[in-house]
Amino acid sequence: MKHLLSINDLGAEGIDEVCRLADHFTEVSQRPIPKVPALRGKTVAMLFYEDSTRTRLSFEVAARRLSADVMGFSVSASSVNKGESVRDTVATVSAMGPDAIVVRHRSAGVPQQTAAWTHASVINAGDGWHEHPTQALLDCYTIRDRLGSVAGRRIVIVGDIKHSRVARSCVMAFTALGAKVTLVAPPTLLPPEVGSWPVDISFSLDAVLSDCDVVYGLRVQKERQSEALLPSLREYTAQWGLTVARAARLHPDALVMHPGPVNRGVEIAPEVLDQPNATLNEQVRHGVAVRMAVLYLLLAADPDLRPEGAGT
Amino acid sequence: MSTVIKGGLVIDQTGERNADVVVEDGRVVAVGPDLSGDEVLDASGCVVAPGFVDIHAHLRQPGAEEAETIETGSWAAVRGGYSAVVAMPNTNPPIDCAAVVQEVLALGRLAPCDVYTSGAITVGRKGEQLAPMAEMAALGVRLFTDDGRGVQEAGLMRRAMEYAAGLGVVLAQHCEVDSLAVGGHMHEGEWSSRLGIPGVPAEAEELMVMRDIALSRFTGAPIHFQHLSTRGSIAMVRAAREAGVEVTAEAATHHFTLTDEACASYDPVFKVNPPLRPADDRDAVREGLSDGAVDAIATDHAPHSPDTKEMPFDQAPPGMLGLETALALALTELNLPLAEVVGLLSWQPAAIAGLKGVHGAPIAPGGSANLCVFDPNETWTVDPAALASRSRNTPYAGRQVRGRVRHTIVGGRPVLVDQEMRP
Amino acid sequence: MEAEDIKRATWRMAHEIIERNHGLEGVVLVGLQTGGVWLAADIASALNAIEGVEPPLGTLDVAFHRDDIGLRPLLPEAPTKIPFNLDGQAVVIVDDVLYTGRTIRAALDALNSYGRPRTVQLAVMVDRGHRELPIRPDFVGKNLPTRRDEMVDAHRDGIDLGEIVK
Repeated sequence: MKHLLSINDLGAEGIDEVCRLADHFTEVSQRPIPKVPALRGKTVAMLFYEDSTRTRLSFEVAARRLSADVMGFSVSASSVNKGESVRDTVATVSAMGPDAIVVRHRSAGVPQQTAAWTHASVINAGDGWHEHPTQALLDCYTIRDRLGSVAGRRIVIVGDIKHSRVARSCVMAFTALGAKVTLVAPPTLLPPEVGSWPVDISFSLDAVLSDCDVVYGLRVQKERQSEALLPSLREYTAQWGLTVARAARLHPDALVMHPGPVNRGVEIAPEVLDQPNATLNEQVRHGVAVRMAVLYLLLAADPDLRPEGAGT
Repeated sequence: MSTVIKGGLVIDQTGERNADVVVEDGRVVAVGPDLSGDEVLDASGCVVAPGFVDIHAHLRQPGAEEAETIETGSWAAVRGGYSAVVAMPNTNPPIDCAAVVQEVLALGRLAPCDVYTSGAITVGRKGEQLAPMAEMAALGVRLFTDDGRGVQEAGLMRRAMEYAAGLGVVLAQHCEVDSLAVGGHMHEGEWSSRLGIPGVPAEAEELMVMRDIALSRFTGAPIHFQHLSTRGSIAMVRAAREAGVEVTAEAATHHFTLTDEACASYDPVFKVNPPLRPADDRDAVREGLSDGAVDAIATDHAPHSPDTKEMPFDQAPPGMLGLETALALALTELNLPLAEVVGLLSWQPAAIAGLKGVHGAPIAPGGSANLCVFDPNETWTVDPAALASRSRNTPYAGRQVRGRVRHTIVGGRPVLVDQEMRP
Repeated sequence: MEAEDIKRATWRMAHEIIERNHGLEGVVLVGLQTGGVWLAADIASALNAIEGVEPPLGTLDVAFHRDDIGLRPLLPEAPTKIPFNLDGQAVVIVDDVLYTGRTIRAALDALNSYGRPRTVQLAVMVDRGHRELPIRPDFVGKNLPTRRDEMVDAHRDGIDLGEIVK
C-alpha cells in the first residue's frame, strides 16, 4: 500500500493489521524512552490547509517516535496565502524529498489529487466532508481495546453525519469489521441517498439508545443553524444530545465516544464526558500509536516498497 | 478555383446518395457522379454532410484568452466538423451590449469558421435588468442567454420572453435554481454522498424547466433549453412540445457519454455545470436524442487553462472541452442512424440559431458551401496534447472513439484537409 | 542434537549464567521474538530449579530496530513485554541461533529504550558463525559450522539443518 486516502484502501484485513501493529507501538509508547529508530532518515511532511491541533500534533508525535524527521507546513506561514495553488505547493514540498505527505484540506479529494502530483506516500488527515481514515482507525482500535472486538458490536453514530468526514470513514471501517451501525440524525443532517449505505437509519436517539454498545457523537457546528438545517442548537440538544438522562439509559459497559473537539453541553453533557465509559482521552492517546502504525506500514513495511534488492 | 469532394455518401435533410460534390465561389455548383475540379478531396468511405453548428460554445474572448481565443476555438470547431459556432456571452466583459457583440463578430470574421454570438438576457448576466436585446438583435444576434446562470426571477424572465418575442429572437435558458444549487459541485446523489462533495439535485434544473415551459405557454414566446441533463427535464420538454408549446432543447455530448461516477477520481476535468448525472439520466438524454424530444447536440465547449482548472474539485471552475470530440462521441455512444446524428449536429441546431439556409442547408447546386466530410468508421484515441483548443481539459483523454472528421469546408474554402488545418 | 541434548545444553548455560554473575542477583532474561522466547523460558526454569529464584523474564521483538527496514517488509511478529526497569541490571539476551549478529545489534539498541543495564550478556542455543558485526555470545549451547546457504532452526526437540529454498 502506497497511500492511505480512504478506509477502503485498507479493508477489514488492513484495519486489523493496523490495529495489531498499533499494539506494538502502544508498548513502544510506554517505554521509558518511547522512541524507535524504525523510520530514521525518513521525512514526513505535514501539509495542513485547515486548522487542526490534535490531528497534526498526533501525526507529529507519531513521526518523531519513529525517528522520522518532520517537515512542518502551516498555511499562515506559507505562500498559500499569496495564492499559490495546491498543485504548486505539493510540487514544492515534494521537491524537498519527503517520504510521506500528511494532507488536510477543506476540500474533498485533495489527498487523492496530491497522490497524483507527488512520488511520496500520501496520508489523508481529513478532506472536506469526505474521509478521515486515521480517526476511524483509532476509533476501531479504541473499541477493540475496550470491548475486545468491533465485530458484532452495535454502534450508534449520532450527529451531523452529512458534513462529517469522520462519519464516512467510521461507517466504512466499522461495517468492514462487521459491526452493526445505526446513524441517528435529523434528516437535514443525513447525506443524500444515505439509504445506499450499509447502515440502519433512525431519527430518534431515544429509540436506539438502550440497545447499543457504543454511542459515537459527532460535532455539530453552529453554522448549521444559519443554513436552515437546524432550528436551533437548543432543539438539537433536546432531541439528539447525549444528556445525563439519556446516558443513564445506556448499558453500563457501553462506550461514549467522540472525535473531538466536543461542544460541551451540545452533543454530550459535560457530566457524561467525565464518566469512565467516555473514551475521549483514550481515543487521543491511541491516535499516536495508530498513526505510528500507519506511517510504519506505508514507509517501512510495504511489500511493494523495494521489490528488488531485498536481503536479510 | 473549384474543389471537388469525391467518392462520398452525401447526407443532408433531403436524404442520402452517393455523389461527388463540387464547390466554387462559396457555393455548391454540382452534385452528381464523376465530377471533377481543381482540387480533389478524397471522401471515399466518408459521409459528406452539411457543416455542423454548435449553438453552445464558450470561446472565452474577450477576457480569458489564456484559456481560448475566438481563433483557437474556431480551429477546434473546424477540426470537429463545425462550420459555425455560437459563442456564449459569459465573457469578461460579458456580451451584453452592441459594443461587445461587434468586437466578437469582428474577431470572428478572421476565424476559419463562421462565428456567431449570443447575447446576454440581462445586464452583466446578473439577472436584474434586461440587456439591450434590440441593439444586439440588430447586429444579427438570434439567441439570448445568461448561460452559466439561469434567470432566477420569474417576473423578469416573463418580461424577457415577451420582449424577445417582439424582436423575433429566441431566449435560451441555462436551467438552474440557485437556491437549490448553491454550493454544489456535482450531481447530488449516491456518489456525491460517498465522495463528500456538496451536490446539486436534479430538481434544481427541473424546477426552472417547469417554470419556463409555463412562461412560454403564457407569453407565447419560444424557449430553448440548454444542456438538459435529467430524465425529468427531458420528459417535461417532450410533454410540452406535444401540448403545442414552442420549446426546443439541446443536450451536451458529455451528458450522453459520462456519469457522475467519473467524479470519484476527484479530477476536476469531470466537473461541469449542469453536472454529470447518474446512468438513468444519461440514458434519458440518449432516449431524448433518439425520439426527438431533444433537438440538437451541443458541445458546451468550456476551455479552462490548467492554472484555473487543476484545483481542488470544489474550487475548480465547471466546464470541459467538446468541439473536437462531439461527432465521435455521438457516433460511438448513440445508437442512431447516421442521418439522425448529422441532423442533431447540423440542420437542427442551425434552425434553433436562426442560421437555416446558410448552415445545415441541403447539399444542392446553389446552396452555401458549408460542408463537413467525416469517416464514420475511423477509430482514434483522444490525445489532449493533439487538440487545437488552447486548453487541455478534455474528459476523454485516452478514450478510444469512432468517427473522425477528414475535411471541413467553410464558405467554399477547405479549412481542414485530411485532418490538417489550412490557415 | 536431540531433545535430551538441548535440555542438557540449557542446564549447562543456566549454570554458566549463575557462575558468571555470582548468583542471580540483578539478573534478568530477555528472550528475542520469536525463536528465543522458549529458550529464555527454559533457562529461567532451570535457574529457578538450581537457585530457587525465578529471574524476571521479558520478551523483545526487534523489528523496529533492525537495520534492514526499507530493504524488505518487516512487521513485528510477537509482543514485546519488558515489565521491569533495566537500570543497573545484568541483562541476558536469549536467542535460538546466532548468525550475522544483526538481530543482536538491534536488540542492544532496543534495550537502551528501557534503561541502562549494568552489563548485557548473550545466550544462544546455536552459534552458526558468519558474523557481520563484532558480536560474540557469552553462553553457547552448541557451535555449529554451517554454509551461508543453509538454514538452521533450533527448538526444544532439536536442531534442524536445511537448504534455503530459493
